[in-house]
Amino acid sequence: MTRVYWRLLMAGFRRQSAYRLAALGGLVANATFGLLKVAVLFATVRAAGGEVAGYDVGRISAYIWLSQGLLGSVNLSGRTDIAERIKDGHIAVDFLRPLDVQAAEVTAEVGRALFALIPRGIPMVVIGAVVGMALPASAVSYPLGAASLLLGIVISVAAAYLVGVAGFWLVETRGLQICYMVLSGFFAGLFVPIRLFPRWLGLVAQATPFPSMLMYPVDILSGRVGPGGALALLAAQLAWLVAVGGLGQALTRAGRRRLEVQGG
Amino acid sequence: MAEGFALWARLRPYRAVLASRARSQASYRANFALDLVSSLLAALVELAEVWVLFHAVTRLGGLEFHQILLVFGLADLAFSLADLAVGHCDNLPTYVRAGTLDVFYLRPQPLLLQLVTSDVTLRRLARAAVGLVALVAGLATSDISWGVGSVALLVVALTSGCATFGAMFVWAGACQFFLIDGAEMTNAFVYGGRYAATQPASVWSRPLKVVFGFFFPMAFTGFLPTLRLLDLPAPPWLPTWLGWCGPLAALWAWAMALLCWRWGVRHYRGGGG
Repeated sequence: MTRVYWRLLMAGFRRQSAYRLAALGGLVANATFGLLKVAVLFATVRAAGGEVAGYDVGRISAYIWLSQGLLGSVNLSGRTDIAERIKDGHIAVDFLRPLDVQAAEVTAEVGRALFALIPRGIPMVVIGAVVGMALPASAVSYPLGAASLLLGIVISVAAAYLVGVAGFWLVETRGLQICYMVLSGFFAGLFVPIRLFPRWLGLVAQATPFPSMLMYPVDILSGRVGPGGALALLAAQLAWLVAVGGLGQALTRAGRRRLEVQGG
Repeated sequence: MAEGFALWARLRPYRAVLASRARSQASYRANFALDLVSSLLAALVELAEVWVLFHAVTRLGGLEFHQILLVFGLADLAFSLADLAVGHCDNLPTYVRAGTLDVFYLRPQPLLLQLVTSDVTLRRLARAAVGLVALVAGLATSDISWGVGSVALLVVALTSGCATFGAMFVWAGACQFFLIDGAEMTNAFVYGGRYAATQPASVWSRPLKVVFGFFFPMAFTGFLPTLRLLDLPAPPWLPTWLGWCGPLAALWAWAMALLCWRWGVRHYRGGGG
């Protein structure tokens, strides 16, 4: 059974490798936005006297290039294939397969996300290394960061899946998906780290799963939090994974009973 | 007078198409309401991103929050209006891939005009409202010596800003004839340009000033007119008299866009079928 999921993971990985021009386009976009973020956030750190909310220039640089590198892998858009398959009724075929619909969909998406780390993640980290970015003080932060990164990707995919399966009730999920995309980027700390938020807004952000997708892995990999803090963030990520995954499982089952495919 | 009537008559098919598009959107009420909400939310979050930075520091790139509101308001209002009018040029890759673009070639009307009038997305009005409110708030809280000059500067900045962003959408559409799968490449400059336009350009490095200050003239849509209007000191490479040069920037952007469009249309070979 695990072999099937391993194959799905690899299929997702290979599928993503077919779109080279799209990968190049994504690279150009991520690098351009990264340079604009550098301009405005470096100026912010300097205007604050060299440090703001625990970020100096090196840390903020690490934050920018790591988060830009993760953009191709972490699903913040809420777009999924499953939404389309629910809308056109192909989901009925998925339910006939001897696989768990949620697990299969998430596994394939995670495979694609992991591949994207190669063409879209590595170049951003290289830019960061050339420009100069802070590294974690402790070697333990790297394996912890890698685990957090993987958790972040899985949480993002599992949460986007929730938007997709909302289609069992809504049919057209585009409006929901756009709302999701807008809020997820902001609360995941895509343009401004959530530590810079006013206190109340930071608390609102932490009450959502979005910081677990991007902010926490970046905080660990940039060394903004030490190994002790990293363990706390990993625990929060695990909790969100259980919550998001469990809700997805429940919604899939409820949706299956509700499913009505038109035409034939 | 007679010529005016002739032009009015010639535009009749376009007017009819646009009116029907507008009506069709408003008829699905629930979906339209959700569209409006998400559009409003997107604009509010973009404003919040700027606000959060100014919450951490009081002054960024020589501007305070009420001054950046002017930059944001001018640029974002211009962008939303351009997006409303021609933003659907973004759909071009879908038409190219599906081969439905061939139909446009068969009709006796210019391709670009057909594409522009093929849709009008009213939900983008919600976005424009946020830009307008930011602009008005910025104008009310800043110290401006009102006169014919300042009003003229605002009008010139807004109209040329709309034109510049419109040109960016057309340029991006033109590139899709070549890229097809690489839409993200042009998004870097269209949506990256919008993001850049709402920033204080004084914080940019030299390469960024070349790319988003002049090549894609984003600084002309918000930052430079604001400098001029508030009589603020000019950063290197961006003298304040450039605040009046929005129309030149728009002309340059449209020249580039139409040239690329011409290349693109000739390059297109059809999707078969």
